Amino acid sequence: MATQVTVASTERVANATQAKVRVEGVEVIFDRDGKRTEVLDNINLEVAEGEFLCVLGPSGCGKSTLLNTIAGFLSPTAGRVVIGGEVVSGPDPRRIFVFQERGVFPWLTVEGNIGFGLFKLPGEERERRIKYYAHLVGLEGFEKAYPQELSGGMKQRLEVARALAVNPDMLLLDEPFGALDSITRLTMRRELLRIWHAEKKTIIFVTHDIEEAVQLADRVVVMSARPARIQQIVEIDIPHPRDISSTRYLELRDGIFEQIGIAHKI
Amino acid sequence: MKWKQPLGPAAFIAFLLVWWQVELSRQAVHPLPTPLQVLAGLTELIAKGLLLKYVVASLFRVTWGYVTAALLAIPLGLAIGWYKRSEMAFNPWIQVFRPISPLAWIPISILWFGVGDISAIFLIFLATFFPLLVTGINAVSNIPEVYVNAGRNFGLRNARLVYHVLYPAVVPQLIVGMRIALGIAWLVVVAAEMIAANSGLGFLIVDARNAGNRYDLVVAGMVMIGVIGFLLDIGMRSFETIPSVRWGYSED
Repeated sequence: MATQVTVASTERVANATQAKVRVEGVEVIFDRDGKRTEVLDNINLEVAEGEFLCVLGPSGCGKSTLLNTIAGFLSPTAGRVVIGGEVVSGPDPRRIFVFQERGVFPWLTVEGNIGFGLFKLPGEERERRIKYYAHLVGLEGFEKAYPQELSGGMKQRLEVARALAVNPDMLLLDEPFGALDSITRLTMRRELLRIWHAEKKTIIFVTHDIEEAVQLADRVVVMSARPARIQQIVEIDIPHPRDISSTRYLELRDGIFEQIGIAHKI
Repeated sequence: MKWKQPLGPAAFIAFLLVWWQVELSRQAVHPLPTPLQVLAGLTELIAKGLLLKYVVASLFRVTWGYVTAALLAIPLGLAIGWYKRSEMAFNPWIQVFRPISPLAWIPISILWFGVGDISAIFLIFLATFFPLLVTGINAVSNIPEVYVNAGRNFGLRNARLVYHVLYPAVVPQLIVGMRIALGIAWLVVVAAEMIAANSGLGFLIVDARNAGNRYDLVVAGMVMIGVIGFLLDIGMRSFETIPSVRWGYSED
């Protein structure tokens, strides 16, 4: 009996150290103009190295707040976020936040944007990486263009390239494809999965789109309305490329629909 | 008929001038000098060497007053805008001083600096200082948070963050503010020179009237003020086409 318990707990410790990100009892309360808003309520979450995790919830539920806390832009009111054994205390180039396409710097060219975080590298290496990532996201030939001259999808890919160029361990994406049209959005999902397979990054992806979450993620974290709690974590056990008309896909998708409490009939 | 730019406006002005000339020639009493009289006035000023002298005098005052104000007001405004608390401290003072017309300062500037260059420069400085200060404050407050966050995310701190993110993010708005302030400077120099100086285009206008109702010279002075003001604005506008700032003026 005693040995079994030991084995079990060692296993648990081993699992815990494997976790890339640990969100421990995170609580966020905003205090604006004397009005107290509880946004996140006791969030506990582990994300494994190389995992693709989607955080799903209704608009305004606080899922962006959670991502901002993991990124280090926001200090939680209570609890902490531990990444790679270190408590997060501020933003860090090892985890890059991808805003909607609004995040690209409009005063820099495509080249300038991709090379933005590479100021510590020697010129030659910088050039090489710019070239490589411009190619990876399909922006070669646009190196000298300003973001203004690019479409929404291209700006979005530019921001992903800028993030990847600094070789971060993690990407934090906040509804990155929300502003794109539905066709571009589908292409971008496929692109992101391709890049994820090629670059082996840990990805935390916030979305309010159930289909998007089930198409992309290893696990989907379903959040409740504010104050946000984790309602359920759904494992998506379908290998990529995913057949989005398969029974399993529909089953998982509809399960989440029900979980959130909306019928999927219009 | 469709006119090609900028031929259209030029043709329109030419038409107005001809009409002005013809109409006035038919009147017995002239409420205004005719274009030809104004042209003669301009030629007379050039021949006497006064036109160049006065234009240079006015531009000299505008340059000193405006550049000094920009060098002080813009950095101060940016700093105030960045440190929100200082904005609360400075704002009451700014709001009280800003609505005082720079022209209200004319008696005090004569008291302090006498009639001459320094008085006029001081008035232009005052006239442009507050608009530029407010431009700086607003430019910083309007920087989208995503740019600052993205900059910090890539590991930029302090001077680097200022140079690579804050500075390029405010430049488009600063250019607009500086253009408007230069316009104000050019308006104020004329008024300042009418009272607080003995040279310049403003002085020319008052002097031409006082020294024998030479309205041809008055209008000649006005034309010069208009042309130079227009050229200054074109000059400032050209900064808005620099590729790295053009984004600040787009529609979306």
